[in-house]
Amino acid sequence: MNQPASAYFIEDRHDPNETHTLAVLVQNEPGVLARVIGLFSGRGYNIESLTVSETEAQKHLSRITIVTTGTPMVIAQIKNQLDRMIPVYQVVDMTQTKRSIERELAMVKVRGQGEHRVEALRLADAFRARVIDATTESFVFEITGNTDKINQFIDLMRPLGLVEVSRTGVAAIARGPEGM
Amino acid sequence: MSDKSHDPNQMTGAAMIVRALIDHGVTDIFGYPGGAVLPIYDEIFQQSQVQHILVRHEQGAGHAAEGYARSTGKPGVALVTSGPGATNMVTPLTDALMDSIPLVCISGQVPTHLIGNDAFQECDTVGITRPCTKHNWLVRDVNDLAKVLHEAFYVATSGRPGPVLVDVPKDVQFATGTYHPPRKSDVHRSYAPRLKGDATQIRKAVSLLANAKRPVIYSGGGVINSGPEATRLLRELVEVTGFPITSTLMGLGAYPASGKNWLGMLGMHGTYEANMTMHDCDVMLCVGARFDDRITGRVDAFSPGSKKIHIDIDPSSINKNIRVDVPIIGDCGNVLGDILQVFKAEAKKPDIKSWWQQIAQWRARNSLYYKKSNEVILPQHAIQALFEQTRGKDTYITTEVGQHQMWAAQFYGFEEPHRWMTSGGLGTMGYGLPAAVGVQVAHPDSLVIDIAGDASVQMTMQEMSTAVQYELPIKIFILNNQYMGMVRQWQQLLHGNRLSHSYSEALPDFVKLAEAYGAVGLQVHKPADLDGAIKEMISVKRPVLFDCRVAALENCFPMIPSGKAHNEMLLPEQANDEATAKAFAGGKALV
Repeated sequence: MNQPASAYFIEDRHDPNETHTLAVLVQNEPGVLARVIGLFSGRGYNIESLTVSETEAQKHLSRITIVTTGTPMVIAQIKNQLDRMIPVYQVVDMTQTKRSIERELAMVKVRGQGEHRVEALRLADAFRARVIDATTESFVFEITGNTDKINQFIDLMRPLGLVEVSRTGVAAIARGPEGM
Repeated sequence: MSDKSHDPNQMTGAAMIVRALIDHGVTDIFGYPGGAVLPIYDEIFQQSQVQHILVRHEQGAGHAAEGYARSTGKPGVALVTSGPGATNMVTPLTDALMDSIPLVCISGQVPTHLIGNDAFQECDTVGITRPCTKHNWLVRDVNDLAKVLHEAFYVATSGRPGPVLVDVPKDVQFATGTYHPPRKSDVHRSYAPRLKGDATQIRKAVSLLANAKRPVIYSGGGVINSGPEATRLLRELVEVTGFPITSTLMGLGAYPASGKNWLGMLGMHGTYEANMTMHDCDVMLCVGARFDDRITGRVDAFSPGSKKIHIDIDPSSINKNIRVDVPIIGDCGNVLGDILQVFKAEAKKPDIKSWWQQIAQWRARNSLYYKKSNEVILPQHAIQALFEQTRGKDTYITTEVGQHQMWAAQFYGFEEPHRWMTSGGLGTMGYGLPAAVGVQVAHPDSLVIDIAGDASVQMTMQEMSTAVQYELPIKIFILNNQYMGMVRQWQQLLHGNRLSHSYSEALPDFVKLAEAYGAVGLQVHKPADLDGAIKEMISVKRPVLFDCRVAALENCFPMIPSGKAHNEMLLPEQANDEATAKAFAGGKALV
């Protein structure tokens, strides 16, 4: 490719992208989420999903779970960049440990009548989704599972009258007795 | 009357700020008053332990604090008001972040109840400065202020140093609360920079070094930041191993330029021998540098045959641009000490005679060659003359950004660390003059020279007024070619010599300008008058603007054209029009 004259070296990177789930333990203080998000936008990293909530109120600890994609070198950079932030205690690559469980919760609104309505309910049952709201022409399902399972469920609901979806994003935890 | 009224630790937020400065050994700060910091200025007025230097623009305060910090190893402190005061600090904060300079900025903010109201001179200071500080704080409660101030100094100066900002609303400055002196628990438990290198990695490194046939040491600003012990150890390591050493722009002075193992600076405008040594080496020891894109040239052709050892206190510097074989996370001084200990105990000086012979051949290319003239002053000659005239004197050099900066790095020999203040990472034109103000405040009896360009120096020229007010005899040595030289050079090489807006049509008369400020103006045109004029500049005990008229179209060589590797340097004697055109002509390499 003929590249324009520039003061910078423009390099084609050929490493394949990987998707990683990172668990980040932070001090729960004003601005901490903005710091983390600002790091991602400022350095051009991807955020596929991000969840955050206080997990230990007394110690003011929050846990941020981020799903991100990048080349192995970029993923390593992301971890290091997160780890050096002042309010960050720990960064764990849940994907690298290979011993983590990931779950997401979604609420799925479906509108329809007759056969579509029956089919939606039947599929919900197969996916172990719960009905948490119902009218004569709609359901709201609550479904928990990994991202693939939820995507699959949503795809199935689409022809049956999918109205809207609200998802939490991924939360992850390691298997076994040890903590982070 | 309550007991609290006798408690010496009960005080206003404004008083706490001054008290904390004193407790951290701060003797000089740089700032500019305004509505949201008036209570702090009132406290400053009523004491004499902290001297305040009034600048003419907040950016000047920031760069002065940077110069102060770089030349002393202590943190620089700036005090600015809310809104424009804070936004004017963004450039120096970013500059300090890029170059790892410890800077503590205290900014005023509108009262807490007005925050978010678009009040007069309000801005989201912590939001704006979040990406350009190592950390920042908005203090909403006066009882948190002491803790935050102490933590701010700790964060700025520990680990990889950097700028921090503490934003203090005006009502918090007025409110009374409890102060406490610095204590360990003031710092986030999550912040614990690693200082000691991993022992296994250190052994691996020593084994590589001991068996090297074509080694090189590539050092950077991290060595200087680490402190005098790291510099001493680096010099000892060079002595013990006999290895050649090169350095980044930021690292100049850690190893003396007169040392026999010195190759000169590396990188885009580094010497041929430094870059060729980097390219052909078999073992590279990188100490406190970060494989910046001005250093590496083409990444996929960077030192292809070498094993790379990288010592850095910041884990995010490792494998960022270049994959290394032996990363060692830790403080440069600490790790160098360990490496030396193991090396001395278990290894002997490798025989690298043939490597030095090869290097001698590269040196013989004389890559810093330029053709002197009797008619017109060559900028390289001006720097050499300045160096000769100041050799052996207690001199500090600052620079602006551009060709003059590169020539200064190439032709001024630095023997000691902390003597060279330049904006490396951010490349801030206008850095050098206010930085010289800061350096001169820290070293009132030393010779402080800003090697400047005619374009850069006008960006912060107003600080001449500061220099005159505080009787700071800084010397502004302007290589005046009437162009933004580096921009013009790139336009010539890359954009068909279409010199779009890189010529200054209406330069001020720098001599008259100096006089207008109450400083001294000198001008020199002829090579024969140069030495005398420099002597006069040095002997004047007042601030000087030195207008050194140099050859207008001189280019800075040698040069690695972007997108090329270290072994594809363009040397001065080859840089005729045809070769230059070829080196920069189309194709995939040209970026």
